Amino acid sequence: MSAPKEVDPVLEVTNLNVHYDTGHGPAKAVNDVSISLKPGERLGLIGESGSGKTTMATALMRLTRPPGRIASGSVMLDGKDIMAMSARELRETRLRDIALIPQGAMSSLNPVMRLEEQIIDAIVAHTSGMKRAALNARVEELLTNVGLAAEVARRFPHELSGGMKQRAAMAIATSLSPKVIVADEPTSALDVVVQRQVMQTLGRLQDGLGAAVVLIGHDMGLVAQFADRVGVMYAGKIVEIGPVRQMIEAPRHPYTRLLVDSLPGIKVKQALIGIPGLPPPLVNLPPGCSFSPRCPFAFERCKNEVPQPQEVGDRQQAACHLYPEHSALPPMPVGPNDTEAQP
Amino acid sequence: MSKELQRYLLTRFGQFLLIIFVAVSINFIIPRLLPGDPVQTALARLQTAGGAQNVDIQAVSASYRAKYGLDAPLIEQYFNYWMDLFRLDLGVSFANFPEKVSTMIGNALPWSVGLLATATLIAFLTGSLLGARLAWPGAGRGIKTLVPMMMVLTSIPFYLLAIILIYFFAVVLRWFPPAGGVDTTRIMRFDWETTRDILNHALLPALSIILGNIGFWALGMRSQMINVLGEDYITFAEAKGLPPRRIFVWYGMRNALLAQITALALSLGHVVSGAILVEVIFNYPGLGSLLYVAIRGQDYFVIQGVVLMLIVSLAVLLFIVDLIYPLLDPRIRR
Repeated sequence: MSAPKEVDPVLEVTNLNVHYDTGHGPAKAVNDVSISLKPGERLGLIGESGSGKTTMATALMRLTRPPGRIASGSVMLDGKDIMAMSARELRETRLRDIALIPQGAMSSLNPVMRLEEQIIDAIVAHTSGMKRAALNARVEELLTNVGLAAEVARRFPHELSGGMKQRAAMAIATSLSPKVIVADEPTSALDVVVQRQVMQTLGRLQDGLGAAVVLIGHDMGLVAQFADRVGVMYAGKIVEIGPVRQMIEAPRHPYTRLLVDSLPGIKVKQALIGIPGLPPPLVNLPPGCSFSPRCPFAFERCKNEVPQPQEVGDRQQAACHLYPEHSALPPMPVGPNDTEAQP
Repeated sequence: MSKELQRYLLTRFGQFLLIIFVAVSINFIIPRLLPGDPVQTALARLQTAGGAQNVDIQAVSASYRAKYGLDAPLIEQYFNYWMDLFRLDLGVSFANFPEKVSTMIGNALPWSVGLLATATLIAFLTGSLLGARLAWPGAGRGIKTLVPMMMVLTSIPFYLLAIILIYFFAVVLRWFPPAGGVDTTRIMRFDWETTRDILNHALLPALSIILGNIGFWALGMRSQMINVLGEDYITFAEAKGLPPRRIFVWYGMRNALLAQITALALSLGHVVSGAILVEVIFNYPGLGSLLYVAIRGQDYFVIQGVVLMLIVSLAVLLFIVDLIYPLLDPRIRR
């Protein structure tokens, strides 16, 4: 099951920091994040709203816009640092090597251009000398790949349904067979049935291309079904990352545990379990572990010292002071909701 | 052409006809709502003002009566009025009897259209381009200082700007003629000399219209462009690795212009009325000057004719904008 170690990662993010400049100092939306991705691997990144997921996704392609800025860190794509590329190199790398499936596919297509023009636009920006007939054939092929009829090419975005737009965005993202696909909550605006279909299409595309995928989402269930590995983000940091089965069956970080527990099950009806409290403000992070104010296990050290990621299982890392003293996450204190009740 | 587009065009054309109909009807009714006989009143006024000594009042009066059948029932007059319009007959001028109003308008119209259309178009296009460029990240310092200066110019009324321009470029520097559409001694021919003369005369009035408008368009375009640049499709276009120029024009400006065109349609009336004053100041031989002279001379039918002309041309322009809009925005074709 474990992938051979000697394969070089296709994407390697090292100490990435993305800040939003505010009047009260920088908000650290992505705080010292390091991840690596092997070719063909599917990594899921989940977290609450405001945990830095989307900021992370855009930063991977250096699409960060003011007031956001990439403060430091490197993103090595196939041995080249995206952060150090010239504008021209960056432009050529986008889509050809690393492609984005945007969050709001509803509004990610230019309303005044036909779909085929928007796909051809993308292809022509990276390849020269393709004849119109070849381009049209390619458009048809791409649309078929994502499960759209060829005649959809002649339509304008407002003539497509939400699911169709999402598929169209996927057709554009895969048009040049990129090595890495960053899918930023690709199904967040769709209903459950369409969500499933779109995720299946994404999986099929990924298999066909052999591309590595970073899937970003807030739906633990959806991400877990798709990904090989899952990372959990909290307040701009990856607090735990590991193979998907271990993450669900044996999470080590208290936050992951609470996230998994909050997944509603249909067989056993129970009151919805939440995680009491709110994520901390990103401008003034607590001095220690960002999760400590909400953590049922928090002790003195958590409030003073930032925990560093450490091995807590087979290819599983967590940033938590419970380790290495404990070998597994201790049982939850009874009624975490009560102990952490808001005053 | 889709059914929806056909319906859209038919609706717009219907609106166009309705505007024309209402404008013509109002133009017909208002003089007739005034107490007394409009012809008599007007002629009497001219007589007391002593402005028409050379005109045989009886002849004029009789001519009008015969022409308009002013004793006929209102509905018949109304019908006749329409018939006259279809023959492009707008009556005759008091001040320049027996010159036809339609001839006077016909002489003035090319000047106005040439000056106004060109100046407005230049102002709209350059203003929009500057505004878009200003909103685009990494705008040069040149543009960043240029546009605020243009805003200042825009806040100065057209006519004041015109006076300033005349003072500097016609009186002090003597680079351009201060007034008129063409040298008074020139015999109009289709040659380079005439064209040059016309352009020479048109430059200052055109400049005052352009300078007075450009900041308005730049400001509008800038805010539109800032909105558009915040859209997801711009980020996605960047993620597609498109060349910046392509994103700027086809994803940015293309969408921002939609709202600009609407603004253009809405402000056409303002543009036309503002430009009329510019014509008056430069004594430019267009509709504006014609209207001004007619108002001063109480030349009744000329005023009526010019006003009708202005309303009709506004309606035509609006109709053209309506025709262009579905070409630019596919969503409206539904």
